Amino acid sequence: MNTNAENVTTGGVRARRLIAYIVLVILSFLCLFWFVILFVNATRSHSDLTRGFTLIPSVYLPKNWSGLMHGTLPVVNGLFNSFVVSACSAVLCTYFSTMTAYAIHTYDFKLKNFFFTFILAIMMIPAQVTSLGFLQLIQNMKLEDNLLPLILPSIAAPVTFFYMKQYMDSTLSLSLVEAARIDGAGEFRIFNRVVLPLMKPAIAVQAIFTFVSSWNNYFIPALILHKDKIKTLPVLIAQLRSADFLKFDMGQVYMMIAFSIFPVIVVYLFLSRYIVAGVALGGVKE
Amino acid sequence: MNKKRSKVVQYNRWGYIFMIPFIVVYLIFQFVPLVTTIYNSFFENYRSGLKQIGPNFIGLANFQAIFSNPDLWKYFGNTMIMWICGFVPQIFFSLLLGAWFTDPSLRLKAQRFWKTVIYLPNLIMASAFAMLFFTLFADSGPINSLLQNLGLVSSPVRFLSTTVTARGLVAFMNFIMWFGNTTILLMAGMMGIDPSLFEAAQVDGATATQVFWRITLPLLRPILVYTMITSLIGGLQMFDVPQILTNGTGDPARNTMTLIMYLNKHLYSRNYGLAGALSVFLFIVTGILSMIVFKITVRKEG
Repeated sequence: MNTNAENVTTGGVRARRLIAYIVLVILSFLCLFWFVILFVNATRSHSDLTRGFTLIPSVYLPKNWSGLMHGTLPVVNGLFNSFVVSACSAVLCTYFSTMTAYAIHTYDFKLKNFFFTFILAIMMIPAQVTSLGFLQLIQNMKLEDNLLPLILPSIAAPVTFFYMKQYMDSTLSLSLVEAARIDGAGEFRIFNRVVLPLMKPAIAVQAIFTFVSSWNNYFIPALILHKDKIKTLPVLIAQLRSADFLKFDMGQVYMMIAFSIFPVIVVYLFLSRYIVAGVALGGVKE
Repeated sequence: MNKKRSKVVQYNRWGYIFMIPFIVVYLIFQFVPLVTTIYNSFFENYRSGLKQIGPNFIGLANFQAIFSNPDLWKYFGNTMIMWICGFVPQIFFSLLLGAWFTDPSLRLKAQRFWKTVIYLPNLIMASAFAMLFFTLFADSGPINSLLQNLGLVSSPVRFLSTTVTARGLVAFMNFIMWFGNTTILLMAGMMGIDPSLFEAAQVDGATATQVFWRITLPLLRPILVYTMITSLIGGLQMFDVPQILTNGTGDPARNTMTLIMYLNKHLYSRNYGLAGALSVFLFIVTGILSMIVFKITVRKEG
């Protein structure tokens, strides 16, 4: 009786599914194409590159690599500096954001609601609008050309705090804290030994996000890092961009870009499941 | 009884103790800079050659100077145009993909793969991505070579020296970097909609298009507003991509110069008075937008 109608619907669904796949393929192409060219071009020599576009990799990858390593840009230092800043920021940010969230989640103190509202209110204020004061502060503290001003501020991260608070609301029951207290554990110990392990999934997600955003950060580092040896990768990229372009070996330029981009892509290939799930989680809760 | 209460109070003291790191760091690295930024906006303070002028208190003269300068409005316009041109396709494709991914009748395969791919550009270093586009879209770069090989153009397209294409590249990069993120956020919102509503609509014979316009979209409104305003706040901060793409010049003819690039220029030349006034202006604009986000967040909290 219903077969006719069903056929029409399945036909319609099939057409819509086809359109969906076509759009997905096009969008995926637009997301990946650039990185494919980047990879191919990083394997080609300068003279090869001037001859134009191809998708066939060449054999100059090791040469471009050694050229970059022995070139004028201190890329290894840059990689190291970027890594130190990102790793330290990720650790400090997640640890202290969890601690702040725990304070508001667990305890009842007079200014609790004030603090919570205040943090939510300042959550969206971007670092750029206070960068002038920040720059002067760092100059007065004699912390220019130092990585600390890029690391320490991550202790007060409203967005990470908010994520942690939301996660705690759904997973951390106060009876657990009570039980630990009856066992005679101190408050600080309870936080470190009981709460932190429970928060591991949220900490992992936020550690990745903090690491990546710190890895990619350009505006503030460009203002406070002036000496070559202390620069992070984005600042070196900017330096490469502002240098006299014609003097550069294009194979090495592509190698340098690949050098900054591919570590994140490789990490993403392994952790994409958790990252995508983490974004979705933030979405439901935000 | 009394003893218990005092013990609770004693515990609650830890609330303050655990708040200390956040408060101290916030005060030093965010609150003090905010105050000194505002303070600076009332002072004449710049370098003229090797000579340092000021700081002298000049009231609101810095504000008068930036508001009467047509540059501010030009850069504001640039920022908005590039944001809108990136945001429109971003929200369009995010809604489309979100609706497709969550549509049970479509049963799209390899969903995790697609999501992984479209989210990838969000993690890429914006400055390196812009540098990549600068090399790819150079007059003698691979894209022009590809276009010529395919016979689509006879002479190289001068992407970076034409206003439309330069702005278009910035908008396109913003779109590519953000639509995956927005798709995932909107999907999470769509999956939170009560499934019985969809079932009821299906029983009543509604088409997929009708379901989308009559059920999904209205129920998604708070998340859409949230997405739009957070994206607008992000758009006002647009810096890395146009800065690296144009080497800070905002070429062609400063038509890709954004507000933060303008601020960055003042900071570099140590023109702290004007930088302060510009920061305060941006602070007020983003502050108003933030209040809207705050209202939405608090409502969802409650």
